[in-house]
Amino acid sequence: MLNKEPAIAVTGLRKSYGPHLVLDGIDLTVPQGTIFSLLGPNGAGKTTTVQILSTLLKADAGQIRVAGHDLAAEPDAVRAAIGVTGQFSAVDDLLTGEENLRLMADLLHVGRGRRRQTVHALLERFDLADVARKPVAAYSGGLRRRLDLAMTMVGEPRLIFLDEPTAGLDPRSRRDLWQTVRGLVENDGVTVFLTTQYLEEADQLADRVALLSRGALVAEGTPDQLKRLIPGGHISVRFADETALTVRIGDAGIVDSLRSVLEQLDAREAEVAGLSVHTPDLDDVFLALTGDAPAAPTAGVGSPAGPAIPAGPAIPAGPAIPAGPTLPTSPTAAVITTTTATTTATTTKDPAR
Amino acid sequence: MRALTDSATMLRRQLKHIRRYPTPLLTYTAIPVVFLLLFVYVLGGTMSAGLGGSRAAYAGYLTPGILATTIAGAAQGTAIAVAMDMTGGIVARFKTMAIARVSVLTGHVLGALVQNFLALAAALVAALVIGFRPAATVPDWLGVIGVLAMFTFAITWLSAALAMSAKSIATASNLPMPLLMLPFLGSGVVPTASLPTPLRWFANHQPFTPVIETLRALLNDQSAGTNLTKAVAWSVVIALGGYLWARKLYNR
Repeated sequence: MLNKEPAIAVTGLRKSYGPHLVLDGIDLTVPQGTIFSLLGPNGAGKTTTVQILSTLLKADAGQIRVAGHDLAAEPDAVRAAIGVTGQFSAVDDLLTGEENLRLMADLLHVGRGRRRQTVHALLERFDLADVARKPVAAYSGGLRRRLDLAMTMVGEPRLIFLDEPTAGLDPRSRRDLWQTVRGLVENDGVTVFLTTQYLEEADQLADRVALLSRGALVAEGTPDQLKRLIPGGHISVRFADETALTVRIGDAGIVDSLRSVLEQLDAREAEVAGLSVHTPDLDDVFLALTGDAPAAPTAGVGSPAGPAIPAGPAIPAGPAIPAGPTLPTSPTAAVITTTTATTTATTTKDPAR
Repeated sequence: MRALTDSATMLRRQLKHIRRYPTPLLTYTAIPVVFLLLFVYVLGGTMSAGLGGSRAAYAGYLTPGILATTIAGAAQGTAIAVAMDMTGGIVARFKTMAIARVSVLTGHVLGALVQNFLALAAALVAALVIGFRPAATVPDWLGVIGVLAMFTFAITWLSAALAMSAKSIATASNLPMPLLMLPFLGSGVVPTASLPTPLRWFANHQPFTPVIETLRALLNDQSAGTNLTKAVAWSVVIALGGYLWARKLYNR
């Protein structure tokens, strides 16, 4: 592959299943040696995109070049350059870890002499040496993913597709896998195309992130660029009587907004049970741009405000004027929701009474 | 060349599966032996009287039918193994690798061939133990092995295709079941001449009958005649049809 050519170049990718349009004209460019993350909720078309780019599915339309080869014309040349770790671990349960790696080496026609070294090196590198002789059926989720990735690496691919690689893993295994993925890019110079529904994962790993919603890309950029699409953040206040208040941080910045909120809470002698400042993350971007609540169970965890940010137009974009009679604030902050813990409807209970 | 080495790799994978998980092999080996014993010792007295021979002679008549039953029964095992493989992620991995396209399926078929021959050998040994004394010469035996290999190959490709056409493992395991009826609706346990007319017509025109008749003739050191031609023709048609169908389903 030419050094300057992107690892993946896609224009106008379309795919439908019968009347159901899954991908509606996707354009993507992934430079070599970078991690690109396709982010989206379940059913957005992430897996379909990976299946098309990794030759498992045929596209209905679009120009696609993967690893320097035209996907439609030279699928086998593409297959020789890529590695795929799918959503469901692609390992043979009845074989041992070592036998799985040897199977890959044999299929890739690694010579007998080199096969031993390759298998041994991968077992060491992916920390699988201790369980190498155990049947994979007895492996934990994290071990399976590591073996899965090790099997992908037998062919020394230049481009790796990771389709939701950490789905179902515990937080520790997830972090370990992130470290491994970073290592692949730093040490081996491979390109990684990652799909995930975990916003944190994309934030942690990706050089560039694209947001996929209902078959179309709604935003693309570095994680920081995307976060800048949503200025500010919000302040969440929980009151002693179980009501809550979410205040949008305006252009004035966190410090001024916080001061103003605290002053007003003081002035009203409100009984505050908790307060947190939520700086913008990909969650906010995601919610604002897609209007979809991400299906990830972790979305919103870590910020008490959680899913309290309404999608789309509910976030006031203009001058920050309080949205109701609830809490008169300075122009630096705007109330965006007030909720009670017991009702789902937004209430206008005065938290300060 | 690549197709050969990749298929050999996939065959090694299947052989490891059989070693690690021998239950299907044991099941599909035991069932025909049980059938053999059941037919010879329970039904054999009446059957042999009808055929004008001894119980041992009926064992000899029955053996080719039992061999055909073995192949039909093992087809279910192949279907389950293929269906399980297709639902797992590993086949998706194979499809994204630059390997000979259908080698996974070839591995299954070749592995099934090995499995079938173990089961067929067990059935033959059981028949010999209970008194079957074949008159077959060495060339006859080679013919028997050839016909069994050819027909097993055909039925196995068909069951692989059936498995791939199924949406679930449960369906895949049921689809080859009708095959198990065919030796009975042929000349497996009684001569087709004794069957009522419509059934006789069916029995004389389905693939298992010429295969069973060829085996019967060879085991008795007789000429198989047109039955051999028919058996070869059926095997080629089923094998080719099964292979092309399975390949199409695999590549979709």
